[in-house]
Amino acid sequence: MSDPKIEGYEFKPGFKGMAQDTGSDQTMFKGVHWGKAMMWIFLLSDTFIFSCFLISYMKGRGSTLIDWPNTSEVFSLHVGSTPVPLLLIAIMTFVLITSSGTMALAVKYGYEKNRKMCGWLILATAIGGLTFVGMQAFEWSKLIHEGVRPWENPFGAKQFGSFFFMITGFHGTHVSIGVIFLFIYAYKTFKGHYDEEKRGWFTTMKGDYVEIEILGLYWHFVDLVWVFIFAFFYLW
Amino acid sequence: MSSMSEKEQSTTHKIGIYLWIWGLLFVLSFFSYMVDWYQFQGLLRWSLILLFMFLKAGLIMAFFMHLFWERYALVNVLLWPMTAIGCFVFLMVAEFQYTVFTRLFYFVVGGQ
Repeated sequence: MSDPKIEGYEFKPGFKGMAQDTGSDQTMFKGVHWGKAMMWIFLLSDTFIFSCFLISYMKGRGSTLIDWPNTSEVFSLHVGSTPVPLLLIAIMTFVLITSSGTMALAVKYGYEKNRKMCGWLILATAIGGLTFVGMQAFEWSKLIHEGVRPWENPFGAKQFGSFFFMITGFHGTHVSIGVIFLFIYAYKTFKGHYDEEKRGWFTTMKGDYVEIEILGLYWHFVDLVWVFIFAFFYLW
Repeated sequence: MSSMSEKEQSTTHKIGIYLWIWGLLFVLSFFSYMVDWYQFQGLLRWSLILLFMFLKAGLIMAFFMHLFWERYALVNVLLWPMTAIGCFVFLMVAEFQYTVFTRLFYFVVGGQ
């Protein structure tokens, strides 16, 4: 990942490199693109936000004396006349993992300067994300139709609704923002902005395929959060 | 130019590794769905859920987010703060147990 623009700087791997990094002059992570370092810092702070949501959910669910709604029944879909537990959620999980895979490949092809392949894969990722948001909208409207509100629901403990809308809503917002950026980046890739080192809209930074990796980090993080939501909220 | 070729070597990996991780994520997701499908309960249920969850999270972070190939300084900056989240979880577990206790004590038993 090193961008060797700092002269005379030699990166050492392992703990030696870590000591050199943390004790280095002026800047840490020398040679790393600033956008990438900042994306990691942002994702770290986002991790804390999502952790706070999930921990408050754990606390709320743990401290209620009324039974928590049975998620595998609440989130079941009817295929014909038989209810299939968590069907929609399972499909959403697979869609998001698929889009994460295409994003990882887009990053790889980006670094290989394979413009077309990179662009198509970003577009595929965006469409996957859009499908996910669409299914989430369907899930929300279904539950709202069944009478789930942030303050009450017909299935059990009243806290269920508020945690559900808060956590999945915040995650869905992240996905939506990601989808918007994926479409923009797909456009920029197809246009060849990263090959021509064209500057961005609000920056003097030269375009580079490292931007695809930064976007990829965000997208994988969205997938990562879903892994935790899927485990704690839907399966628990 | 020599530095450029080094750069590319350090940033691209064979396509096989991504496809493998992708496949593994599918399989692990399928397994965690099966935990619900077969309605495992109790200790077995949540140990399996946690196992699959951490495996998936680990694979995504290590390979899709390239953390496995990243410098140690970054890995440490990202992973050590997670211990704070772990502490917070422990604190809140103690807290909800106490809340349940007081609710049972005052609402059900009547505080006698």
